[in-house]
Amino acid sequence: MRVGLFVPCYVDAFHPEVGQATLELLERFGCEVEYPFDQTCCGQPMTNTGCHKESKATEELFVRNFKDYDYIVAPSGSCVNHIRNNFDAVAQTDDVKHVREHTYELVEFLHAVLKVDGFPWAEFPHKVALHNNCNALRGLNIASMTELREKKFSKPRDLLGMVKGLELVDITRPDECCGFGGTFSVFEEATSARMGQDKARDQAKSGAEYVTSSDSSCMMHQEGCAKRLGLPTKYIHISQILNGERV
Amino acid sequence: MSIDNQAAPTTPAGRTNDGAPANLTHGAGASVTMPARGPEPQPRGAIIRGNRPIDQQEAARRFMAAPEHLAMHDQRLWDLRQKRDGQKEIIEEWEDLRQLASDIKTHTLTHLDTYLEQFEKNAIANGVKVHWAKDAAEHNSIVAEILRSKNAKSLIKSKSMLTEECGFREAMAEAGVQVVETDLGERIQQLDNENPSHVVVPAVHKLRTDVAEVFAKTLGSDPNNSDVSYLTEQQREHTRPLILKADAGMTGCNFAVAETGSVVVCTNEGNADLSANTTGLHIVSMGIEKIIPNLNSLAVFVRMLSRSALGSPITQYTSHFRGPRRGAEMHIVIVDNGRTDRLGLEKFWTSLKCIRCGACMNTCPVFRRSGGLSYGATYAGPIGLIIDPTFNRHKYSTLPFSSTMNGSCTNVCPVKINIHEQIADWRQVLAENHEIPAFKKSMMKAAGALLASPKLYRASLPMADSALRHLPRFVLYNKLNTWTRGREMPHVPKETFHQWYKRTRGMDGKKK
Ligand code: SF4
Repeated sequence: MRVGLFVPCYVDAFHPEVGQATLELLERFGCEVEYPFDQTCCGQPMTNTGCHKESKATEELFVRNFKDYDYIVAPSGSCVNHIRNNFDAVAQTDDVKHVREHTYELVEFLHAVLKVDGFPWAEFPHKVALHNNCNALRGLNIASMTELREKKFSKPRDLLGMVKGLELVDITRPDECCGFGGTFSVFEEATSARMGQDKARDQAKSGAEYVTSSDSSCMMHQEGCAKRLGLPTKYIHISQILNGERV
Repeated sequence: MSIDNQAAPTTPAGRTNDGAPANLTHGAGASVTMPARGPEPQPRGAIIRGNRPIDQQEAARRFMAAPEHLAMHDQRLWDLRQKRDGQKEIIEEWEDLRQLASDIKTHTLTHLDTYLEQFEKNAIANGVKVHWAKDAAEHNSIVAEILRSKNAKSLIKSKSMLTEECGFREAMAEAGVQVVETDLGERIQQLDNENPSHVVVPAVHKLRTDVAEVFAKTLGSDPNNSDVSYLTEQQREHTRPLILKADAGMTGCNFAVAETGSVVVCTNEGNADLSANTTGLHIVSMGIEKIIPNLNSLAVFVRMLSRSALGSPITQYTSHFRGPRRGAEMHIVIVDNGRTDRLGLEKFWTSLKCIRCGACMNTCPVFRRSGGLSYGATYAGPIGLIIDPTFNRHKYSTLPFSSTMNGSCTNVCPVKINIHEQIADWRQVLAENHEIPAFKKSMMKAAGALLASPKLYRASLPMADSALRHLPRFVLYNKLNTWTRGREMPHVPKETFHQWYKRTRGMDGKKK
């Protein structure tokens, strides 16, 4: 199985360790992973701001980079949501359709495609609170949603449940948006920061030592808010825990 | 619809009823001279500057700078959301009901002419006088004319978002008609000369100390007494006589049933009945989208409305008004005011399915933290973001950006409006019609060009040598660098993933 690894721009710049963990984890499960060198971004920042025309060339580049892979995997629900559900600036050719249908967020890829049943190398003896990115939750459906009357499930919880020693703790408003929101985080800075601070307080109150998520973008924002408030909570991407990183 | 929780029996954090700090015992409070500190002043809504785009963020910032108001507002609305969640768990067929409600609305909206004609025919047969108004001005002048013909100088009315939309109170003031709101929350807002901040709980942004202040100024009550029963009684004592001697009454309309020609209004205070039945003249103000086919479909909406809005199974009163009482007159003014145009908007027409339950506001994390008045428009919160621009594209061009598009609104909406997707669609429409600030547009142009070129993109990373060098492009392009106002900067690693990969695996991806 040939997998193209997509490392979103902020992961590339701020959290290279997340890209590394994702790569190693996929290799542990026998995937033939390649990192196309010409990748930049999925186009989400522009589309998110209403500027679809401005994201067209970026989307085209993305398709050129990834069209030849069986699957495309990224450690980011919001980018994958953009590609799968909002990738409309480009003409919908067969290549584009292939890319849109075969791009997966890491957790759902492990859960639904690889159907993994364990991470024998992983151990994380800590209290952990899970944060589901809103796009991963409501766009990709990686877990059931508190607003809907539906059967409860959670793909990230299933995976974290296979990690030795890890104890999941609940926060009071699990599905509440943390206020990152892409360009919202800078254009509507005050509301964004306040939402992030409220989220960070809720996480700290739960007794979690670590917060984990399949999205680095939300966590980058939450971590910045927690630090500003002087809270001790630490933030770690789910790929690192599943890949057996010791802290 | 309305509720009576404006002066909820909670005390603002750190205060007792009489305003003394809560951590002092009575004795300690008496022996220590306390610096006089009044209650936290109420943050006001968005500053309106003619037709200039609303600065929601500016108003939100002021709201968030008032900690007691913020904490109360967020928690009160979150409680409503949680109660709503509880109700949805009780109803096994909840998601089917949402689908059904959505389907009924879609069907009705696509056969609007048929149902409106049926409704009119049946209403007339019931003895009702039916009027058609194409816009706000026509609505106001029709009502003024009805009142003039009856020589009515005072009007009691129950809550109606449509009348807010029409600037009705101002129009009546000009026509020399005294209007008295009969919904408690709406009455508070009227006395404070402020718009409702929420479609269901119009004064939810006010602490009871704010209410005490408003009543002290307008009703002459004790400014230092913010006891709930006291405030309610003061208001009642003052308003009842006005209600009893009013010349005419007005209600809004939650549902207009085509099959029976009747109008249904849901309240918790019974004030629609008061408004409709106290005088000999009942005027109903109704938007064309309020129509539903029959009583069977009404049953679906009655099950959804209050559960979604307040998390209670049903409103205290579900009042059916079918025709005039003996010796009385009943008029229905059916209003378009932009709705037909909205119906023609391919991506946005389904916003007309809205039953104004306010669930999307209660769940919206931005709304809860900024207050409904920060939107500077009749409709606030998620539903406001997608319908306000249909009233004035320029003035409300900023509103669709006051959202993280997290999608919770869409999930709670009882009629399944894809609210967050329409917010995204509005952003596109606004950007394409030059209704976003030029700096945003040029930032996105530059970002788009950079991200489309791997060479330029990579070259841009190590070039800049400052703390900002690795910030994501959209942050870097924002000259103001607002990120650090409320947050710390992320740690900047020594090398990017890209550099690490190249160093350890080479261009061919083979491990070194
Ligand atoms: S958009 Fe939906 S959730 Fe919001 S007020 Fe209307 S019906 Fe209620």
